[in-house]
Amino acid sequence: MTCLPSNPTPKKLGLVIDLDVCVGCHACVVSCKEWNTGGYGAALSDQDPYGADVSGTFLNRIHSFEVLPEGGEVAAERGEARLIHFPKSCLHCEDAPCVTVCPTGASYKRADDGIVLVDEDMCIGCGLCAWACPYGAREMDLAAGVMKKCTLCIDRIYNETIEEVDRVPSCVRTCPTNARHFGDLADPNSAVSIMVAERGGMDLMPEQGTKPVNKYLPPRPRLPLAAAAAGREDTSGATGFFAWLDGMLDRI
Amino acid sequence: MHPALSIIVFTTASGLGYGLAAALGLGLLNPALVSTKLAHFVALALIGGGLLSSTLHLGNPQRAWRALSQWRSSWLSREGVMAIVTFVPLCISAYAAIFHSRYLLLPGLLGVAGAGVTVYCTSMIYASLKSVQAWHTPLTPLCYLLFAGAGGSLLGLLFAAAGGGDTPILALLSIAFLGAAWTAKLAWRRNMENMDPLSTPESATGLGNLGRVRLFERPHINDNYLTSEMGFRVARKHADKLAKISLIAGGIVPAVLVLGVLASGASGLGVALAALAVLSHAVGMLTERWLFFAEARHAVMNYYGG
Repeated sequence: MTCLPSNPTPKKLGLVIDLDVCVGCHACVVSCKEWNTGGYGAALSDQDPYGADVSGTFLNRIHSFEVLPEGGEVAAERGEARLIHFPKSCLHCEDAPCVTVCPTGASYKRADDGIVLVDEDMCIGCGLCAWACPYGAREMDLAAGVMKKCTLCIDRIYNETIEEVDRVPSCVRTCPTNARHFGDLADPNSAVSIMVAERGGMDLMPEQGTKPVNKYLPPRPRLPLAAAAAGREDTSGATGFFAWLDGMLDRI
Repeated sequence: MHPALSIIVFTTASGLGYGLAAALGLGLLNPALVSTKLAHFVALALIGGGLLSSTLHLGNPQRAWRALSQWRSSWLSREGVMAIVTFVPLCISAYAAIFHSRYLLLPGLLGVAGAGVTVYCTSMIYASLKSVQAWHTPLTPLCYLLFAGAGGSLLGLLFAAAGGGDTPILALLSIAFLGAAWTAKLAWRRNMENMDPLSTPESATGLGNLGRVRLFERPHINDNYLTSEMGFRVARKHADKLAKISLIAGGIVPAVLVLGVLASGASGLGVALAALAVLSHAVGMLTERWLFFAEARHAVMNYYGG
């Protein structure tokens, strides 16, 4: 059934991704592929895996962006441009356009926790859902001919046969810098909701009207390296012994 | 967007087929003529062939029947359902014409309505996608419907001329539809060229308040499904030339040839001119549909620097 459940779903399970913390190591990409190629549904195939033209299906990819402030200058590490690593996977949108366009009912949004899934036995591989998604969250598996997407590791988060600490999506469990968080964004008291409220968590492409569940935490403000270095030259704030030393050294 | 041959052939063939079916359904061709019986057959073949072509790009075509189930929400599903429903009056009309040389008013008009609704559903598959801004306009279904009308009148004119039937109404209809369709199409293209992008790298990353956002590194060096499916780009200089070619071959040349048909009537020359008009229009339409896909930019390319 590709009509969306009555909004909002009682639970809104999703990810919160901290762009201030992500170092772009791609560990979540690898762990996602590793878990999901043996988990829910068809394997995540690679085409020409050992050749020059290798490509494959991924549910999570890291892009890197350079952000240049107005009037800023790009000049190696002393410039004002910031490099921001940007993990991207399915945002499990409340108003998911990929669900309603599906002609077969294979694409659906779960009414209880809001996870968007593909029933691969019903998917005909028409690719229309991938066209409808503005985020590029869906990729057709060229070997299986069915659409693949992030399942929020549904085979982990409800899995009582694994340790409780592991009952989070693989990418969250793996992230070495704790840039990825999992939780219920419908519950205002959940850790992820508090994080979003405190850090000003944002939606991607709000103008597309998809109402994403996943939120991104913006990078914290930062001084350019040059400005930080210039600040170190100012010693007027020194007190006590250091003030005396500052004065003595100046006189030498 | 990647211009997949199967979809270009499908939308072009089914547009021509439904247009011809509509011309037949309105009773514009004399059912007693052999050429009209052939026209019924050609209309069904174009529609059926187009639908078969559209299943060629599926990953699992053996499950294509499932696509009929989600008509409540999906335009693709609605298109499939309407295509099959429309076959009923079209087949009844074809049977009456081919075996009894009769035109039946009710199946005829139902066929016209079904053809129109099916073409509308096809166009709405594209027009409903907010992620492809160029398509997301009411001008998209208008163009599809008017082009189907133009192609149908031209094909109808060819069969009427070949059978020695009445040609002036179909000739005038052809010119009117060609004029309306290309007016709508030029407006569609102007809309695409002048629109401010709805989504930008800044809104896609949410980093716009920090400054201008530029892709530094793609996730992987090589292309992936998204970049090959959504990242197709055509050079502007070529696109402009192709747009002119599609307008000349799909609109101007057929219109001039139809004037020639009007002048020469249902003679041998008239048939030849009508056949050339249909051929030229089909070439123009294939070019137009190729551009429809190739020029459209998908929002996901904001993440891929395209």
